[in-house]
Amino acid sequence: MTEPLIDLQRICLERDGQTILDHVDMQLVPGRITTLIGPNGAGKTCLARIALGLMQPTSGSMHRRPGMRIGYMPQKLRIDESLPLTVDRFLWLAQPGHEDDRIAALKRTGVAHVRDRAVQKLSGGELQRVLLARAILRKPDLLVLDEPAQGVDVVGQNALYGLLADVRDELGCGILLISHDLHLVMAATDQVVCLQHHVCCHGTPEAVRLDPAYLALFAGQHVPADNLAVYTHDHDHDHDLHGDVHSCSNPHHHHSHEHQGGHKHD
Amino acid sequence: MIELLLPPLFAGLAVALVAGPMGAFVVWRRMAFFGDTLAHGALLGAAFGIAVGISLYPAVVLVCLAMALVLVAMQQQRHLANDTLLGMVSHTTLALGIVAVSLQPGVRVDLFAFLFGDLLAVNWQDVVWLAGGAALILSLMMLNWRNLLSLTVDEDMARVEGVPVVATRILLMLLLALLIAGAIRTVGVLLITSLLVMPAASARRLAKTPEQMAAIAAVLGTIAVVGGLALSWQVDTPVGPSIVLAAAGVFLATLVKPARG
Repeated sequence: MTEPLIDLQRICLERDGQTILDHVDMQLVPGRITTLIGPNGAGKTCLARIALGLMQPTSGSMHRRPGMRIGYMPQKLRIDESLPLTVDRFLWLAQPGHEDDRIAALKRTGVAHVRDRAVQKLSGGELQRVLLARAILRKPDLLVLDEPAQGVDVVGQNALYGLLADVRDELGCGILLISHDLHLVMAATDQVVCLQHHVCCHGTPEAVRLDPAYLALFAGQHVPADNLAVYTHDHDHDHDLHGDVHSCSNPHHHHSHEHQGGHKHD
Repeated sequence: MIELLLPPLFAGLAVALVAGPMGAFVVWRRMAFFGDTLAHGALLGAAFGIAVGISLYPAVVLVCLAMALVLVAMQQQRHLANDTLLGMVSHTTLALGIVAVSLQPGVRVDLFAFLFGDLLAVNWQDVVWLAGGAALILSLMMLNWRNLLSLTVDEDMARVEGVPVVATRILLMLLLALLIAGAIRTVGVLLITSLLVMPAASARRLAKTPEQMAAIAAVLGTIAVVGGLALSWQVDTPVGPSIVLAAAGVFLATLVKPARG
């Protein structure tokens, strides 16, 4: 395996006497999508912020590959309405350069049509794609996305995760994805780290899904209505669903849609 | 007669040209209260200057800069909301400044000039200082423009992308403090924030990019200065408040135009 982009070992974080992270190990490797999953308040965002260098751990060792370029998609973006900022200028801030590059990035994520719109006026799904375009414009070695699918419907989420796998293939970058819902990201992820202050379990999504620690953690939690691990691989935003279905309690739809992307999940 | 008006006019224009872009950041980053607090610190600076026996304006600049740094440090704490904190510091500073000035034995300070401006009293030497300061602030803002904007859009994202966030934030505060220290000659401690906020707010409806907004704010600010001086000249009103009224008039005029993006 290549040298990891970020290697976190025995990371502890305490705040106001509470243990938020307890000896957490996590490695982010080029070309691999790692999903950080756990209930609300499990410390996911803190761990991501430590990996990003936005926060210092109380203890633990951290090695970051020097000179690494990071693209970051924050959970939410609050830009004051008083700032007149078009999508194009927003992208320029991340990477000044030729406008063709920005158009290409927006096309790649399917939102070239919003280029001249004010960032504050975008819908949730549009903003998400603009943020992704902004992140890939920097040709990052590592892409970090914090709950990217918040406020976006299931179809939009699937499209996004499909897009992420494509981006990973194209740029060969490592991706860290934070989610509270494993089902949705299953198909698009290579490795799962299940976090509840400490690492409960980790491994391939298939393995984690069956892990008793994972099941215990999410027992009684709301399971998405259709209970789908859904994933579309599309470039023209057809809303077709590729469903890999596992039954827990709910009856479910079974979309055995042929998956044409050729992504391997090992 | 008209040549008497030239130094005040140029001094006012120098301040307005910088107040435009700086005011844009004050509006975008919701720093109006912060500006007020710094301005109140200016009065304390004047009192300090008198007490120590150094000339007033260097003392004002020094105290404003020091106050900017203290405020940046205070904002790191999380116990009190920013506006609560600033509300306390701001008015304590103002009260302390007034008390300190009034305690100076044998010194008569024109408090009114500090609170509401004394533009007609500036001479050519003041104009040179103000123009130099304005050029310094503007060039530093232009050199750091992308960093300043990135900071305004999202601090975390800026930091991840390699923007020196803390240094840029301190730079912005220091430049604001410097501008306010210089600008109290025009409209005074109590009105200075309006000269920052009103042209920028007026420019919002006319601008499609941050740069346009900053430039239009600078132009509208100069219009307010010219208009205020003219009003003061014609009707013999105090200059500072006249400029503020002209700025308010400019804002009302921009409301006529329908809003865009």
